[in-house]
Amino acid sequence: MKMVVRTLIKPAEYHDSVSLMLAARELTNFEGVHDAAVVMATQANLSILAEAGLLSEEAETSSPDDLLIAVKCESDALAIAALAKAEALLKKKTGGGEGSEYTPKTMRSALAANPGVNLAVISVAGRFAADEAWEALHHGLHVLLFSDNVSLEDEIALKTYARQHGLLLMGPGAGTAILNHVALGFANVLPEGPVGIISAAGTGLQEVSCLLARQGVGITQGIGTGGRDLRKEVGGIMMLESVKALQQDPATRVLVLVSKPPDPAVANSILSQVVQSKKPSMICFLGGDDADRTKIPHITYAHTLQECALYAARAVKPELGEVKEYLAKDATQLAHQAGELRKQLSPKQRYLRGLFSGGTLCYEAQVIWKDMRINPVYSNAPLPGGLTLADSTRSQGHTAIDLGEEEFTVGRPHPMIDNDLRIRRLLQEASDPQTALILLDVVLGYGAHPDPAGELSRAVSAARELAHKEGRELAVAASVTGTEADPQCLSRSTSVLTQAGVMVCESNAQAARLAGMIIADRG
Amino acid sequence: MTGIKDLFGKELTVLNLGLESMAQSVKDQGVKVINVDWQPPRAGIPHLQHTQGGIDIDEANQEAVERIRRGQPVLVGMGIAREVIPGMHERMILHAGPPIAWERMCGPTRGAVMGALIYEEICPDEQAAQKLAASGAIEFSPCHHHHAVGPMAGVVSPSMPVFILENKTFGNRTFCTLNEGLGKVLRYGGMGQEVYARLKWMASDLYPALDRALGSLPDGINIKSLIAQALHMGDECHNRNRAATSLFLRAIGPALARTNRDNEVLARVIEFIDRNDHFFLNLSMPAAKAMLEPAEGVAGSSIVTVMARNGTDFGIRLASMPDRWFTAPAGKVQGLYFPQYTEKDANPDIGDSTITETAGYGGMAMAAAPAITQFVGGTPQLATRTTLEMYEITFGEHENLTIPTLNFRGTPLGIDVRKVMETGILPQINTGIAHKDPGVGMVGAGILRAPEACFREAWKALSEI
Repeated sequence: MKMVVRTLIKPAEYHDSVSLMLAARELTNFEGVHDAAVVMATQANLSILAEAGLLSEEAETSSPDDLLIAVKCESDALAIAALAKAEALLKKKTGGGEGSEYTPKTMRSALAANPGVNLAVISVAGRFAADEAWEALHHGLHVLLFSDNVSLEDEIALKTYARQHGLLLMGPGAGTAILNHVALGFANVLPEGPVGIISAAGTGLQEVSCLLARQGVGITQGIGTGGRDLRKEVGGIMMLESVKALQQDPATRVLVLVSKPPDPAVANSILSQVVQSKKPSMICFLGGDDADRTKIPHITYAHTLQECALYAARAVKPELGEVKEYLAKDATQLAHQAGELRKQLSPKQRYLRGLFSGGTLCYEAQVIWKDMRINPVYSNAPLPGGLTLADSTRSQGHTAIDLGEEEFTVGRPHPMIDNDLRIRRLLQEASDPQTALILLDVVLGYGAHPDPAGELSRAVSAARELAHKEGRELAVAASVTGTEADPQCLSRSTSVLTQAGVMVCESNAQAARLAGMIIADRG
Repeated sequence: MTGIKDLFGKELTVLNLGLESMAQSVKDQGVKVINVDWQPPRAGIPHLQHTQGGIDIDEANQEAVERIRRGQPVLVGMGIAREVIPGMHERMILHAGPPIAWERMCGPTRGAVMGALIYEEICPDEQAAQKLAASGAIEFSPCHHHHAVGPMAGVVSPSMPVFILENKTFGNRTFCTLNEGLGKVLRYGGMGQEVYARLKWMASDLYPALDRALGSLPDGINIKSLIAQALHMGDECHNRNRAATSLFLRAIGPALARTNRDNEVLARVIEFIDRNDHFFLNLSMPAAKAMLEPAEGVAGSSIVTVMARNGTDFGIRLASMPDRWFTAPAGKVQGLYFPQYTEKDANPDIGDSTITETAGYGGMAMAAAPAITQFVGGTPQLATRTTLEMYEITFGEHENLTIPTLNFRGTPLGIDVRKVMETGILPQINTGIAHKDPGVGMVGAGILRAPEACFREAWKALSEI
């Protein structure tokens, strides 16, 4: 069938990416529309359109400030109707209505009318984010900088200024924070308690805080510093400032620090700050080797997020028992479960395929597989010295994919918000006869998709059916990062997944370990 | 220095810039969130922090706005234009807006000029007046070049009586004619015997009565104080002056009674003021001018000190470049029309009355005057939103001019040409509408936004100084 591509350019019209996505999705549901895109005409988006066969000559003349609507339809008339529909969809979003309240257009006027503001949450496109963060800091606001693509120079300058002025500058790329029991960005509904968490990455903070909640332990604050904070250039400015603040905070009795292994000098300066207080402190330099570090009574090094949460919970509730005992018991149970599963798989099914929405969870799984001597593991976000996938869109051997990496999220929402990409990948892995087990993380909480378990369950059923048709079983394991109080509800999400035949584990680490055990004796 | 730990335990109030979903989830937790309708900065409009000469523009604006804020315009007396307005002479006619030659003048301005020449008895009829006006024998000059302002055509001829206002803080004086009322009047380009007869009566009876009364008030009448009160009574003091006119009448009433012997004249004077809801406009405008003038000459300031239209061009001037006009074609007013007239009859935007918006009231204070929004079928909510939007482009706020419905917040003050360009938000203007042909007069009233082009020109010039 011959397809018609039509484009509508709306000069200098800005909408946020979520609205655009919603419009694009509704548009694709419109009759006769084969494919559609509603994007800002950035170079990156234009190349995506080109790949999708949605780039018209007209579109190539647009500028990055323009809004671009492209549709692929069976006829010209349908395309014209679809474009009109798209315009209506976007108008619906902006129509304020006569009685609606005034929404300020600039930070300056918002603050003039609301002098009580104390925190700015900034999620504008990266190239504008630093300017807005500067303005917020200059107004004396603490900042959660959700935006990515802020330069390292800007990050250093912003954090240096923030430190001088006693302000928090979380981010860039800070997806998660819980301040004064308010969940910001991707965060869960947690009980109040004595643990203060500082984490470089968002899902690390979510996983640890949710695992604490499962053990009945709550938090005081959850501070996200942004992934680059512990790099040599930034020097861990915000981690250090946050440690100091939590050390002085009477409500915080236990400290938890989570990060990938930092630059050694940065690690040292953080440790020398941690020893300044006698508060029990759990340090999780995920996958790092801390065997040679000086033993200090109130400091515990954890190798994984799971361990970190277990140790932190026991610092609050010693009655929970020994961590090592718990892990040993757990391992026995997992081995049994793995044995059962293994029987269902054919000898050709040799590989693990981890499809992650959380970067830190992808990393933790690789740490665990490395410990289990499962190798080689390929990833688009490998451990230091690990193997990089030749093509992120194709798995090879054991693969751990972080679908939240920028290569997947340009012009598209994060996989915690939009499951489409992961679902497609799930089906792709299911049709690979070498796939033994697919490992998923399901992240709940504010900011996340309203029902990830539901959408993923349907996809898992489809994937397993696909494998059945080709005469094989497909194992799917998952963990749910969430709490009972989350809008999506932990137990409900777990049972939905279980009903779809997913083996749901209590933590990402446990799920990774189960996966590892299944293929432990295969090539 | 506030510390991070000081934030712990405090109630969060969140400002959200970017994804609306981020704001929603925080709101769902019962936390106060102020969502900003964020737009990326406009291409080619970098934020100007310093002038090329190294002046900190914010500091300059602080100074300029502070000077405007401190102004105390007081009606101190009256006089005859040729005797009191600096630079005025027998063969000069002042007009509203930026400079303009007879050839480019719009219908209402031509009508007002011809009418003034007949009123002054320089010419016997319209034909002669037109010939003389076109001959070059009459010098045309903008009111703004003479510390004066004039509504609509803004025509001031040598023998017209004028109010004299003095800014008590800075000592500068400004001038404005007396308001004739609505309908067929000179300032809307109206011509004819009724127009001249009214003007004659204003000079022969109204002016002396008011002048005598004012002469008995050694402190004059503080016009800013009347504006402040009127803003609490439903006026914005540009397109609605009903409350302010009443307040003025109360302020001058006893003095009028004490200084006038003839009760019939007095009654007609009171009647004339009372029946003209816009009488106060001609005090509101020179008060604005008086407050703004001290800000002229503040080096490096991006604050607008003049916005004025001559019915052909819209012109603005900046505090840092007080002698330079930046102009663009005058805009079309969206409004309501008197019966028999439509927008086809309308002249483009005209008059110096935008000095009120420049000084931080008029359209800027729309929220104070919900009745005005009916001109465009709007609602009180629209009026409030309009004022809130104007805070986006102003540098400061008035202290003494406040808006009850905004919890007595000061009105938006000091249009910053940088903010206009950065946000793309143009100043709101409330105005009357003149017939495009000479001699007809007022046909309606409405609102519009100032044209962008003159702000762009001014912004460019600012970026080069």
